[in-house]
Amino acid sequence: MGELMIGLYVFVLAVMVGFEVITKVPPTLHTPLMSGANAISGIAVIGALVVAAQAGETTGQVLGVAAIVMAMVNVVGGFMVTDRMLEMFKPGQKK
Amino acid sequence: MNPDTLLQLVYLLSATLFVFGLKRLGSPATARQGNRMAALAMLIAIVATLVEQEILNWQLIALGIILGSLAGAIAARTVKMTDMPQMVGIFNGLGGGASGVVAAAEFFRLGGGDLGVEAGITILLSTLIGTVTLSGSFIAFGKLQRFISGAPLTFPFSRTLNAVLFAAILVIAAMQVTGEATVTMYLVLTGLALLLGILLVTPIGGADMPVVISLLNSYSGLAASAAGFVLGNMILIISGALVGAAGLILTNLMCKAMNRSLANVAFGAFGAADSTGGRITPGEGKTVRDVDAEQAAMVLAYAQSVIVVPGYGLAVAQAQHDIRKLSDLLQERGVTVKFAIHPVAGRMPGHMNVLLAEADVPYTQLFDLDEINDEFSTTDVALIVGANDVVNPDARDPSSVIAGMPILDVDRARNVIVMKRSLSPGFAGIDNPLFYLDRTMMFFGDAKGSMVDLVRETKEV
Repeated sequence: MGELMIGLYVFVLAVMVGFEVITKVPPTLHTPLMSGANAISGIAVIGALVVAAQAGETTGQVLGVAAIVMAMVNVVGGFMVTDRMLEMFKPGQKK
Repeated sequence: MNPDTLLQLVYLLSATLFVFGLKRLGSPATARQGNRMAALAMLIAIVATLVEQEILNWQLIALGIILGSLAGAIAARTVKMTDMPQMVGIFNGLGGGASGVVAAAEFFRLGGGDLGVEAGITILLSTLIGTVTLSGSFIAFGKLQRFISGAPLTFPFSRTLNAVLFAAILVIAAMQVTGEATVTMYLVLTGLALLLGILLVTPIGGADMPVVISLLNSYSGLAASAAGFVLGNMILIISGALVGAAGLILTNLMCKAMNRSLANVAFGAFGAADSTGGRITPGEGKTVRDVDAEQAAMVLAYAQSVIVVPGYGLAVAQAQHDIRKLSDLLQERGVTVKFAIHPVAGRMPGHMNVLLAEADVPYTQLFDLDEINDEFSTTDVALIVGANDVVNPDARDPSSVIAGMPILDVDRARNVIVMKRSLSPGFAGIDNPLFYLDRTMMFFGDAKGSMVDLVRETKEV
């Protein structure tokens, strides 16, 4: 079984895990969930690091660094803004 | 242990933490911890990658990391909560774009030529999804930020054009996979994908943005997965798949809340109805009961139970804090106050909840449609602020444009107070019979000013 095929298995199973884990999220948390998930999609930074590290010539280096910048904005911004939102969510206390 | 095995084990740990993090994001009590867990997972994966790679030019990489982190941190600290959808839109675009650029870097590293089927398909797919996410997200951002018109922009044959464009992309991709791949063809494909992303989002109206943002969120995950296939990297595949699934679930929820199919949103049926349907004159020949702040305050203050229905108009007017003051005042008088949040009350899923949380309304006071709809019939006052279509009883009429759309049953409350600028229709472009009911009181004015008056009058009751 080739790498592509293994990747496909992993992909399908991970999608199912995603459905299972996320289905029961209450509407109150939909925005933080989306921005948190969004930050996770910045995982592309790993790919960016790999291509930037291996790049010997200019084209590869420029593309690699561009990808790092874009993905890092996504990662750092995404997690921080999610934290900022979640900080505001407070349960009510009886007055 | 061989370094690659170690790296893979670290990635596996990081993937596990992502799953637990997402799980914890599902409950208000643990959400913050969940988000931090996911952030930690990301940090571990990044550090492990940097340690394992033999880096040719570490200064450049460090520069990229610092620049990106700074920009992200500044944006996250300064963004207003009302602008959250734009922010998530931009982040989606950048994440998706990064995946596309990774694929491009891989294409240039291989130097084109005979890519082979496996590398060819994965690189081109990753480029396509990443690029469409990038340009689509920026159009969505532009619409939400009002750099470009929020109205659906359609022109004749736009669907045909999209289909042709998509077919052209497939043909070029097939030629590249089966034959010689050239840089020119690759760039043409990227350009066409950029154009496709733009054309897919421009026909969609501002009111449908919750769906678009959710869908693009899903795409940004799929783009990361695709980049994972390009590099044979499991952590990218897994994380991307998780985000793809999350985005799809939210997209589906939003479509249900608007009673539309995804295809219907994509082809902008509401927009089309707007331009072809005749102009309506709201309120013609019907009478409304007009009240002022003092009268409205009396009704609220002497009620036992009040359900507030906030719409996006409230957020636009920045009246969230005033409504929280009103809610506190009423609660001090012993009135039960609840907030009923329609799924599309904001510009992205759950947006209204965040805006009210920012104004210190506890989340235990917020209820979604299914939880609260049965309670309206036993409630003294439904107070509607800046909402329209989501409380239109016509949705129960099978012949209405919005037939079947889930609505909040405010017309079943004993009294209804509607705070609104005028009788003008909402996004659906239809009149709202709620305004003319005997039990409905219209309190005209802009949400901010009226709410300030209402708070003052309630204090004096």
